[in-house]
Amino acid sequence: MTLTLLKRDLSRFFPFAGSGGAALPLLFFLSVAMLYPFAVGPKPELLAQTGGGVIWIAALLAAILPLERLVASDMELGVFDQLKLRGVTEEAVMAVRMVAHWISFGPMLIVASFPAAALLNLDGPTLEILLLGLLAGTPGLAAAGLMIAALTASLRGGAALSGLLLIPLCLPILIFGAGSLARGETASLGFVAAISLLLVAITPFAAGAAIKAAREG
Amino acid sequence: MQGASIRAANLACRRGDRLLFRRLSLELAAGDVLHVKGANGIGKSSLMRILAGLLPAYAGEVTRSGDLALMDERPGLDLDQPLGKALGFWQSVDGCTNAAHALEVLDLEPLLDVPVRYLSTGQRKRAAMASILNRGANIWLLDEPLSGLDTAAQAKFAALIQLHIGGGGICILASHQPVEIAGLKTLVLEDFAPKDAPEDAT
Repeated sequence: MTLTLLKRDLSRFFPFAGSGGAALPLLFFLSVAMLYPFAVGPKPELLAQTGGGVIWIAALLAAILPLERLVASDMELGVFDQLKLRGVTEEAVMAVRMVAHWISFGPMLIVASFPAAALLNLDGPTLEILLLGLLAGTPGLAAAGLMIAALTASLRGGAALSGLLLIPLCLPILIFGAGSLARGETASLGFVAAISLLLVAITPFAAGAAIKAAREG
Repeated sequence: MQGASIRAANLACRRGDRLLFRRLSLELAAGDVLHVKGANGIGKSSLMRILAGLLPAYAGEVTRSGDLALMDERPGLDLDQPLGKALGFWQSVDGCTNAAHALEVLDLEPLLDVPVRYLSTGQRKRAAMASILNRGANIWLLDEPLSGLDTAAQAKFAALIQLHIGGGGICILASHQPVEIAGLKTLVLEDFAPKDAPEDAT
């Protein structure tokens, strides 16, 4: 059952798997890295100093892009109702969807960080911290995104709202993740991982409750 | 399919601050088919969702033995997927091994490559019915199964329901259209609509 669900979710969210919109976060992420040097000027020191932070912001914004497609369409189609009738709990569906959502943007962003780091003139150690940080932080971004998407799925104009709501939830990840770059140490990445873990742990329940509430509302 | 039953005792349904129906009781055993009638907005769909356990009843309770399948206007088929793939997902969820049968009976084979988005209302209804057949549940809840169907498909649906209850299944269908099935019981939802003040709820 889990595998069946995961397969369906991945076929809908994974970039290049079918519907064109799924590759958008990746392209968005790369274009920010590409445009930034044009906007602030090509000074190597400036880019090396601020580039890591820009990559973090691009990662956060890239995580917002797929939110609209994450829950609302399935709610409209009645997929959650039909799964519930078959005894599959909302929590399980949301846990699987969280994993699928992460797989379809987390690893991509981490890989895309290599060209982005080259464009922004980041050196080896900085890139290493950045990669570790993204590895620890993207599960949290995925979880928070799914939670917000489920909460706003039944609202009109929910898509616009979800972007706004996600930003404060992701601030701690951004602060500790980008902060570790500024200080050049990996200790605060522990905080990023801890926040991610917390978000990953509560999201299936929060998102599941949101779907139940929307159904009964 | 022996021993399937569904029983509702003293149900009331409230949507917003409007009481739709109250004091509704029904009891169906294997081989029963019930036609729920009523005007639009009287609460047919709400009753179906309460019986399916998707909506909490305002009062009363539902007990059942046996699997339940619900067909409403949202059968959970991905709009972007070809019909074959969209149905395939539910087949693997249900562990259905004999899907070809339902496709053949409902004449869906020529449509398997067509994205669900491009199917007509009647074709989607037939796809939803295929999903119900593949599920293999004892209790069928069919919400407006006949709307949008041509007469041939309507007759086919009636035959399928007849076959289902003949095999010991239960079927509750909500429809404002006349249905011709042998042994059909009828429930008119207007009989349970509150006539007095809403305080008369329970």
